[in-house]
Amino acid sequence: MSTDLEQFYEVFFEESAELLAEMETCLLRLDVNSPDLEDMNAIFRAAHSIKGGAGTFGFMDMMEMTHMLESLLDKLRKGEIEVKSEMIDSFLRAGDVIRGQLAGHRGDGEADPADAAVVCEELKRFSETISESAVGSVAPTPVESNIELATAEPESVVALDPAGTAFSIEFPGEGVTSKVMDNLLDNLEDMGSLERISEVVDGVHCRLRLVTESSEEDIWEILAFVVDPSELKIVAETAGKQAVPVDNALEVKSSVADESLAELDTATASDDSNQEQETSLSQQQPYGFFPGAPAAPADVTEDDSMGAESQSASNNTKPAKVEKKSGKPASTSSESSSIRVSIEKVDQMINLVGELVITRAMLAQAVSMVDPVICEKLLGGMSQLEHNTRDLQEAVMSIRMLPISFVFSRYPRVVRDLAMKLNKQVELKTVGESTELDKGLIEKITDPLNHLVRNSLDHGIELPDKRLAAGKPAKGTVTLRAFHQGGSIVIEVSDDGAGLSRDRILSVARTRGLSVHDGMADQEVWMLIFDAGFSTAAVVTDVSGRGVGMDVVKRNIQAMGGRIEIDSVFGVGTRISIRLPLTLAILDGLSVSVGDQMFIVPISHITESFQAQPGDVKTVSGSGQVVHVRGEYLPVIALHEIFNIRPKTSDIDKGILVILESEGGKVAMFVDALIGQHQVVIKSLENNYRRVQGVSGATIMGDGKVALILDVDGLVTASK
Amino acid sequence: MSQQLSVADKMPNEAVGFASNEFLTFRLGSEEYGIDILKVQEIRGYDAITQIANAPEFIKGVVNLRGIIVPIVDMRIKFSLGHAEYDQFTVVIILNVAGRVMGVVVDGVSDVITLEAGQMRPTPEFGSIINTEYIKGLGTVDERMLILLDIEKLMGSTDMGLIDQVVN
Repeated sequence: MSTDLEQFYEVFFEESAELLAEMETCLLRLDVNSPDLEDMNAIFRAAHSIKGGAGTFGFMDMMEMTHMLESLLDKLRKGEIEVKSEMIDSFLRAGDVIRGQLAGHRGDGEADPADAAVVCEELKRFSETISESAVGSVAPTPVESNIELATAEPESVVALDPAGTAFSIEFPGEGVTSKVMDNLLDNLEDMGSLERISEVVDGVHCRLRLVTESSEEDIWEILAFVVDPSELKIVAETAGKQAVPVDNALEVKSSVADESLAELDTATASDDSNQEQETSLSQQQPYGFFPGAPAAPADVTEDDSMGAESQSASNNTKPAKVEKKSGKPASTSSESSSIRVSIEKVDQMINLVGELVITRAMLAQAVSMVDPVICEKLLGGMSQLEHNTRDLQEAVMSIRMLPISFVFSRYPRVVRDLAMKLNKQVELKTVGESTELDKGLIEKITDPLNHLVRNSLDHGIELPDKRLAAGKPAKGTVTLRAFHQGGSIVIEVSDDGAGLSRDRILSVARTRGLSVHDGMADQEVWMLIFDAGFSTAAVVTDVSGRGVGMDVVKRNIQAMGGRIEIDSVFGVGTRISIRLPLTLAILDGLSVSVGDQMFIVPISHITESFQAQPGDVKTVSGSGQVVHVRGEYLPVIALHEIFNIRPKTSDIDKGILVILESEGGKVAMFVDALIGQHQVVIKSLENNYRRVQGVSGATIMGDGKVALILDVDGLVTASK
Repeated sequence: MSQQLSVADKMPNEAVGFASNEFLTFRLGSEEYGIDILKVQEIRGYDAITQIANAPEFIKGVVNLRGIIVPIVDMRIKFSLGHAEYDQFTVVIILNVAGRVMGVVVDGVSDVITLEAGQMRPTPEFGSIINTEYIKGLGTVDERMLILLDIEKLMGSTDMGLIDQVVN
């Protein structure tokens, strides 16, 4: 491959991946009985854009696939054929194939041509069956999005004649190798008759004349991968009229509006507006790779110039605007308002802000010593600084936050495929998709959630006839819900299925030799399903039932510092809630001191802390100490013994006992004193050092000193 | 390719295995050591250190270096040289080796010296008395002798315990 194209590869891969995701969302949203035209258009555009890019880069397999997709979609869109649910399945499969091919070109993994062939065959069959039935009944419609306008404004059809529109294309040939250029010209030739006005010479403008039935947008898409969009000029030539530069199909319409305006108003006024429009067009530069992003500003300038002219003119433009909006999905406008930033840059910024906060704390400490009367201004400034740094910290932290819809959006597909495989009818509801959480968590929550959703479908939701027999609607519901509660985020997976069977779980637990008894609380019983290898499923399917999964889910969630809870009523449904900290970067901690060292204990592990009375502490076999807390005897672990520190006191009744709860059980940790509660920024110790037993990380305190964060689970396990 | 290989082959012969000929010299007790200047990130004073539980004696603990947690090694204890005293003259050299940041405590930094190939001597054989594995060679400047350390090898070694061996 030529080197100058390589810089575009990454952009193409990323854009294509996004387009595929968008296509899938639209497909899943599509109602077979009353397909939304807007969605159809969006799917078509996605396929079309990928095809354009794939063609330019010479990825023939992708191009072939998208071409098949596109031609079938085009027929669907024009209403030549009815949408069938099987079609959507093939479309989804086609999307998967394209994704595979994309990964293949990217260098990770190999696309299976056999899959592609199967899907291709399927698509071909669909499009053939219909074309037979549809032949003759529907006239071929040449220009896509302009049809409506053409009927509304008959005079303007000149430019959009079915015979094709002539476009003159101009762009600098600089930096485009002949191989790429040939490829490009071939693509353009496919669209219509191509005439080369000036030959391609390095550094010289390349001028082409193309008569095609395709819209200008199509030409744009083919060229945009190779040519800098700001230097690309595509001008539609209209018979008998002077060429009006067009940026997209809409501009053709606005020139039409101009004409009618000219009839109403004086000729000079029309010239003015024409000029104005031309300038506004030349200023306009697309932000995205594909044209369309600058659509919104174009509307505004147009409206302004029109509104100034006359009322009737603005009336004229309105229909065009409405049509335009329906043609472009809302998502394109969000494209230009966000930027891609590497995660390292964000992390570095978070780091620096953390430093700033520490510096501020140091200053505050120094300032607290001065006389408030003399240094009133200094103190005022300090409080201002505190305010601003806190705001800044919050703002920077929020950069890493992403809405959970990033995770949720993949489940419609999962549920759909799985429900079909299991012959169940399932509806997926998502609530609170805009709830934000840390990007790091988003990545880690996906796998556990996947397990839970699959479990809900397989074990939770019953088969339709069984549901009807139980007096429930045949269609089961799985709900994904996310919301904030306190300082954490809760994600729930609930279903209205069979619920957990207490007796069943207990009997399985007994056969597995777990210590259970009938008096166990429901909560405790449900937690048994997180045991490794635990499965109540009678039959092992490829969906679930092997008993791996739930224990992995629990471990993953705990690794994130979260908790998992189950509520279930037999016959009514099950709800599994995952409670996670908002971010991985900050931890709520209690600082404790031992000797001259300070440690942070994650507050989520602390149940209580108290000063023991001399009589509460007993020894077991002379050495091990236990403390009596409300009927329970908890082992005492002394932090100074574990870390080999000289403590201020080794008498348990003089220090403080902190009761820690972890998966390994409860223990009482003996420390010298409690210092206070902090929100600390977690820093890795392993970046520059190695893992330390009993320590999960480090943080920097207000005075700039390093404090170690205790690994409670590790400490509890090690003490046994 | 063949050209590149021959260049790489020549490199060690030219400079007795040193990429650069500039060394930062420091004292440990009465001995003078030199380390490759390119491995040095900065030099700072010795301040509050947070101990790490159950670490070997020569690992003093960790410090906060502008938001990064950096382990500190006392070379005097590691090499059993001089008295490990900490005062306002104690110096920490912050090193950047093997993609990690770490600090070493030394008795004092002398200067930066450029050594010509002729001033560098190979490490003499001490048999089994002294472990010369981490010594690259000896440098002579006027009447002084510099012990040139292979700091990367030393810091990455198992007996320093700075890096999880699982990673390597």
